[in-house]
Amino acid sequence: MSLKRVLGATTALTLCTAAAVAQDTTITIATVNNGDMIRMQGYTDTFTSQTGIGVEWVTLEENVLRQRVTTDITTRGGQFDIMTIGMYETPIWGANGWLVPLDDLSAEYDVQDILPAMRDGLSHDGTLYAAPFYGESSMVMYRTDLMEKAGLEMPDAPTWQFIREAAAAMDNDAEDINGICLRGKAGWGEGGAFITVTANSFGARWFDEDWTPQFDQPEWNEALSFFVNLMNDYGPAGYATNGFNENLSLFQQGKCGMWIDATVAASFVTNPADSTVADHVGFALAPNAEGVDKRANWLWAWALAIPAGTQKADAAKQFIEWATSKDYIELVAENEGWANVPPGARTSLYETPEYQEVPFAEKTLQSINAADPTNPTVDPVPYVGIQFVAIPEFAGLATQVSQEFSAVYAGQQTVEQALEKAQAIATEEMEAAGY
Amino acid sequence: MARAVTPRRKALNTAISWAVGLLIFFPILWTILTSFKTEAEAIADPPLFLNFSWTLENYAVVQERSDYMRFLWNSVIIAGGSTVLGVMIAVPAAWSMAFVPSRRTKDILLWMLSTKMLPAVGVLYPIYLICIEFGLLDSRAALVVILMLINLPIIVWMLYTYFREIPGEILEASRMDGAGLKEEILYVLTPMAIPGIASTLLLNFILAWNEAFWTLNLTAANAAPLTAFIASYSSPEGLFYAKLSAASTMAIAPILILGWFSQKQLVRGLTFGAVK
Repeated sequence: MSLKRVLGATTALTLCTAAAVAQDTTITIATVNNGDMIRMQGYTDTFTSQTGIGVEWVTLEENVLRQRVTTDITTRGGQFDIMTIGMYETPIWGANGWLVPLDDLSAEYDVQDILPAMRDGLSHDGTLYAAPFYGESSMVMYRTDLMEKAGLEMPDAPTWQFIREAAAAMDNDAEDINGICLRGKAGWGEGGAFITVTANSFGARWFDEDWTPQFDQPEWNEALSFFVNLMNDYGPAGYATNGFNENLSLFQQGKCGMWIDATVAASFVTNPADSTVADHVGFALAPNAEGVDKRANWLWAWALAIPAGTQKADAAKQFIEWATSKDYIELVAENEGWANVPPGARTSLYETPEYQEVPFAEKTLQSINAADPTNPTVDPVPYVGIQFVAIPEFAGLATQVSQEFSAVYAGQQTVEQALEKAQAIATEEMEAAGY
Repeated sequence: MARAVTPRRKALNTAISWAVGLLIFFPILWTILTSFKTEAEAIADPPLFLNFSWTLENYAVVQERSDYMRFLWNSVIIAGGSTVLGVMIAVPAAWSMAFVPSRRTKDILLWMLSTKMLPAVGVLYPIYLICIEFGLLDSRAALVVILMLINLPIIVWMLYTYFREIPGEILEASRMDGAGLKEEILYVLTPMAIPGIASTLLLNFILAWNEAFWTLNLTAANAAPLTAFIASYSSPEGLFYAKLSAASTMAIAPILILGWFSQKQLVRGLTFGAVK
């Protein structure tokens, strides 16, 4: 047998083996159940046909997923090769060395194209630990027909005082229309997130520079009292148990004059298949109190990260580059239209003329750009995060505090009592944690 | 002496029973109805009871998105395996407690029951680490053993109660006829306790089927049962009620049908020994 033949046979064998290995590689991805993620699952075959890497999906409800992936990563269980995590977990887990740094992404990926606010929120010490799949802020969604009927015009950047005035004008008990619908449900990611950004927009903060809780300060009292009075006067009955889903249903049924919530809701309320008011929705930036330069808008991203300890880091990285790339956005746009692409992650998306025609695109981008997770409050704070504080203790602490606030919404205690309890809870938790 | 029941009272009792039954069944009925609505109809206000445009679209979407049969098969293996294994261990245990009690039998029974008072999350990390050590994460075997251990106190308690109703003299007679321990349990005790064992099996199968803490926390892609299937349709932001209802209906359908056909045995088993 000639040397040429031997070399040829060896090369063929090597290629066959490599192809077999590639096809044998299957990565497991833990993810949340939302429209963009489900859509991505539908395109998995495209990725597999391009790379030969198989993909198994584990889809879970957000809170279950959070507990599930936290257990796995802290014990190095190795169940997942990619985890869908948020802006809260990423810097904490990155600092703990639990995530593979995404510092060697390819040039074609163009990491600089990721919106700066997203990149900062998903980094620790300047290193990116998760790639944003989609991002969101919060904004005002309002009924243009009711606003017109009330003889008012929504400014691009309203104040809380205007929001109250508009809520009073649109509230109509006879037609079962609430002036405004907002989250009151207990939980750090539900009502807790909303009241935190509201407090930011009144000049309040969770902690001062020495990590001393600030619930005993007048700004918190002003913010919480304003919220409670607004909702008691013009909000839906039982708002203490309303979260995103409940308010979405109310708005889609035409029972809210305004709704301030995640920008991702814009595509739901303008979809005629699900919403009875799809043709009468306008958008504005989240409000602020007069004289305060911080608005009540948050910043969040669902991002893909690789847990340290996975045996398939290379394949996982390949998937992340594909799923969060410009090409993926174009793939979705081509098949399902520009309104259905994952928003809020890349600058280039907002420069695309077709996307600029989507009614909520401009306000979504403005809202995201107006959010600064490293400088979220009027007075300086020692933490990163707008609707959360990026420390491990926050989730438990904020859930307890939001339960106290929800008790105020339900009429079970006063604003003063809730703030006093919040101060005591936060002080005890922070002392116990050694801050 | 039994009290005479007037026809009027009987009718009233029947009406109340039906009302309570319907009240309890209503959430399931509503879930099933919602699964045939469009998303807009699912959140309509006032709610639509029967006057909506019936559609199977939600089932088609769920079927397209999820491999239902894989989840179903895992549920059957996990719930069935843990129940059968539990009964195999519990029969001898309940026999010894019922027929050869010691001074501490009552204490042991109470202690066994007290393990049910421990919140599951309290032992999540130790069990997770054990599963990692033995390579049992995301395996049906781990869940069969864990769910068996969780339900074992209930199985032992139920069987113990049934066995206590069986006269010890019958077992003594079998021993005099030369039956060993194995024969006594297998050929004398077990056939007499079949209704009790059947209801224990059924009840524990339902408990294991519905168990959602361990089945969600110890599984990923391979061993996930129907509880994980439902969890994949729940979302704090953008909940699709009609699709979630379709997924829920598909998840509860097998156990609902099983319960429907075996309700007589269930009621008989659960009320066994209640009337002295």
